[in-house]
Amino acid sequence: MTWDIKDIQKWSPEEHELGAVIPEAGNATLYKTGGWRSERPVRDEEKCTQCLFCYFYCPDTAVLVEDGKVVAFDYDHCKGCGVCATECPVDAITMHPETEFEGGC
Amino acid sequence: MSATTDTQHLIQAVTGNQAVAMAMKQIDPDVVAAYPITPQTDVVQEFAEYVAAGSVKANFVTVESEHSAMSACIGSASAGARTMTATSSAGFALMWEMLYIAASMRCPIVMTTVNRALSGPINIHCDHSDSMGGRDSGWVQIYNEDAQEAYDATIMGFPIAEHADVRLPVMNMYDGFIISGAIGPLQALTDDEVKAFIGDAPTYPNLLNTDEPMTFGPFDGLHGFYFEHKIAQQRAMDRALNVIQGVYDRFAAVTGRQYNHLMTYCMEDADIAMVVANSAAGNARIVADQLRAEGVKAGVIKLRTFRPFPTAEYAKALANVKAVGVMDRADSFGGVGGPLYMELLSALYQYDIRAKTANFIYGLGGRDIFPQDVETGFRLLQAAAEGADLPKSRVYLNMKGA
Ligand code: SF4
Ligand code: SF4
Repeated sequence: MTWDIKDIQKWSPEEHELGAVIPEAGNATLYKTGGWRSERPVRDEEKCTQCLFCYFYCPDTAVLVEDGKVVAFDYDHCKGCGVCATECPVDAITMHPETEFEGGC
Repeated sequence: MSATTDTQHLIQAVTGNQAVAMAMKQIDPDVVAAYPITPQTDVVQEFAEYVAAGSVKANFVTVESEHSAMSACIGSASAGARTMTATSSAGFALMWEMLYIAASMRCPIVMTTVNRALSGPINIHCDHSDSMGGRDSGWVQIYNEDAQEAYDATIMGFPIAEHADVRLPVMNMYDGFIISGAIGPLQALTDDEVKAFIGDAPTYPNLLNTDEPMTFGPFDGLHGFYFEHKIAQQRAMDRALNVIQGVYDRFAAVTGRQYNHLMTYCMEDADIAMVVANSAAGNARIVADQLRAEGVKAGVIKLRTFRPFPTAEYAKALANVKAVGVMDRADSFGGVGGPLYMELLSALYQYDIRAKTANFIYGLGGRDIFPQDVETGFRLLQAAAEGADLPKSRVYLNMKGA
């Protein structure tokens, strides 16, 4: 089902689903975990061999792949855990403090 | 139904545990997940025999601990299956984390808790430390005096737990060994009567419905609705008071056995009253009879529904009583008194009733409680009704070295 949670912040106890059930499948994407990030992964295109390790290891599916190639990070959902940077076999990914970026958190 | 002429409802001699196993057989839930622990063991052992004999269709899940038992029950109930279990004492304690989860996930599980002391020193006998410790877990709690009450409460479990206004797990208590292992009379319902009474399980969102996939037990620590869910649980408890009485009344219409949140005895004109749970209620009634024969207006209130606590009903029943004693078979160390005492004191205060009160702690770890012990308590109340003060600290009944 589709679950209309537009006004969920105003819901009374009776308006929530019993037992905190989430009655809609696949809506985790609505929750932007990017706000948790204190460090941002940055990929060096020159060094990257497109092995896709980062894609497989990312716990938040935040490494975006198109046509079999890493194209970007999904910063709305990347929570900055640094797993991709640790796993990259050629050190193509480095972690940088959010304060270094425009609008960074 | 008259016991002597009614061949469908003959009185049988069974232990408390057998009575509950029989009720479970008649209910024939979809799933029973349980782990053995004294003195509950033969509830699930007997039920396992029914499973082995093919006389129930229930899925019997043997698990490696009570934490797993309750976890399996939560999974099963979330999948829409009627789910039952049973435990005691340390097993109850090991379920602790999952008890709260069962209640907050609004799983209508029905569990038998055969009351037994918590260690240490290690003790297998009866007191109410286990279930009283779980009183804040969000489960409906019903206390039972004997095998008949335990059987009846088991039959009434699902209609309460599954009611749309409630949807909370229900636990039924009775005294370990004293009731669980001792043989007493039981007048059972027929299988058809049980089926008709409990009806079919209502449908509610379930985990295995692949047409409508849903998430159960999500993390809420960052979304901020935990508070509202807790309020919803309390409101369900508030509504449960009426639902439970409704189920008691419907049960009475079938069996003639009328239950109430409080089971009062000689309370109409009572000057002094004793409040007591489970099997010791019989001792209290015997002593009340003896005192009545002397002209002392003594009464007894047997606790039945403890969660939700019927505050207003206690206030009403005790409005004109001069002195009330509360018998606790558990203590809350460092607290005002035992758990039942604290509850009752709060109820009276809330309704501006200022009867004199005393807290009698008895029966810990299976210590015998004799009529003369209850009489000791009643005599203190009698003196208080005539002007004496009651002790503010706990009064221990049948303590050695006193
Ligand atoms: S930092 Fe963590 S969340 Fe972000 S892209 Fe790398 S692995 Fe994924
Ligand atoms: S792990 Fe490193 S090399 Fe492999 S695709 Fe990711 S960034 Fe490129």
